[in-house]
Amino acid sequence: MSTFVMPSLGADMKSAVLMEWKVKEGDSVKKGDVIAAVETSKGVIEIEVFEDGIVEKILVPEETESAVGTPLAIIRSLDESAVVEKPASLNVATDAKEAESPSASLQSIPDKSTETKRVKSSPLARKKAKELGIELLTLAKDDKTVHLAQVESKKVSGTTGMSGMRQAIAKAMSRSNAEIPHYYLSTSINMTSALHWLGEVNKNRTIEDRILPAALLIRAVVRTLQEVPQLNGFWMDDELHLSEAINPGIAIALRKEGLITPALLNAEHMDLDGTMDALSDLITRTRSGKLRGSEITQQTITITNLGDLGVESVYGVIYPPQVALVGFGRIIDTPWANGDTLSVRKVMQATLSGDHRATDGRTGGQFLNKLDQILQTPEELL
Amino acid sequence: MTTDEIKQIIIKQILEIAPEINEEDIDPNAHIQRSLEIDSFDFLRILTALNKEIGVEVPEADYGKVDTLDHMTDYFAQRLQQ
Repeated sequence: MSTFVMPSLGADMKSAVLMEWKVKEGDSVKKGDVIAAVETSKGVIEIEVFEDGIVEKILVPEETESAVGTPLAIIRSLDESAVVEKPASLNVATDAKEAESPSASLQSIPDKSTETKRVKSSPLARKKAKELGIELLTLAKDDKTVHLAQVESKKVSGTTGMSGMRQAIAKAMSRSNAEIPHYYLSTSINMTSALHWLGEVNKNRTIEDRILPAALLIRAVVRTLQEVPQLNGFWMDDELHLSEAINPGIAIALRKEGLITPALLNAEHMDLDGTMDALSDLITRTRSGKLRGSEITQQTITITNLGDLGVESVYGVIYPPQVALVGFGRIIDTPWANGDTLSVRKVMQATLSGDHRATDGRTGGQFLNKLDQILQTPEELL
Repeated sequence: MTTDEIKQIIIKQILEIAPEINEEDIDPNAHIQRSLEIDSFDFLRILTALNKEIGVEVPEADYGKVDTLDHMTDYFAQRLQQ
């Protein structure tokens, strides 16, 4: 028997609204199943269960704001019978009640007087809209549910106030700059043969199966991290903890405003096509607000590709507790010396921001050199 | 399919992928990706959707010919005539 609690989806998160249960009492669940959706400042996130079992009891109704750690449901392990551990479940029930009562005041009650026409909206969105005096009707589009981010972006466009996402980024980046002694390295990578090779591969494919250079770069980083694993992990309790799984957080700009770096989980098991499929899926779900809890908490390194916006090099700020960030700039036609000959080649700046507590510039240099080498033989990345 | 119909289909697909853009913000002579902040992923999604709607696949080698709304419209019109 165990309690499923509101997970922490980031150091800055204090509470979230349980939007929807995806399971009901009596359902059996497997480790990794999405069992509920919660709304946070990062949007609606689907949260997963971390063990196999049966949903014994749901403790919190939908549309309830709950603090991190609040019991949300009781999961019975498969090898336990239904009537067991009375004291334990009683205990949990009391905890749940205590936890529920303060949140009751946080719950927003739909204000019928102002909502003459029913607008589908999330509780956080309603609460915020009421605080700000924004009419939800003005935000409702095509019968879609109004979410917190929309209300906040309305607020931002009207005033200089900060959205929840901006605040979350502000907090993490201040912490990063205060705590992490960064070092920065950069190298020019000749991308001519990689792009030519990718062009040939794509020529024989339908448009649905084309591979973007971004996927090739992610795959190359993952391969490089297998050779230089010291940059893949966390700095915790004054020491470096390496991660076996390679979960690169991919910086994805949201169309309205803000940026999320959700993880491409277990990228070390993906070939190039698998990386492209996973990237498409991740970008699509990020932009439609359907990320999973594990994707926004388990990044082991960050990759940012600002090249699409046209800048040449990116010196990124590491997202704690990660220890490195890889930046890719725009690929530009540049004079390139090869022996005595000067020719024009497609060249990209790859940068590495490293946490100097965890690694030295030497490791970072090895990483960039290996990355360069790998990108010169792209056929090995397939 | 007339040129104008093609243009309307392209606009519809751009708005589908990037719903925050207003139709009047699309300058027919501006670089679609740069002026509307559409990254390479969303650009590929637009071309994939247009392939479904119009039945013309744009090879990567022709990306330079579909950089603006007007160029893209002309390109599809020409390919449909062939």
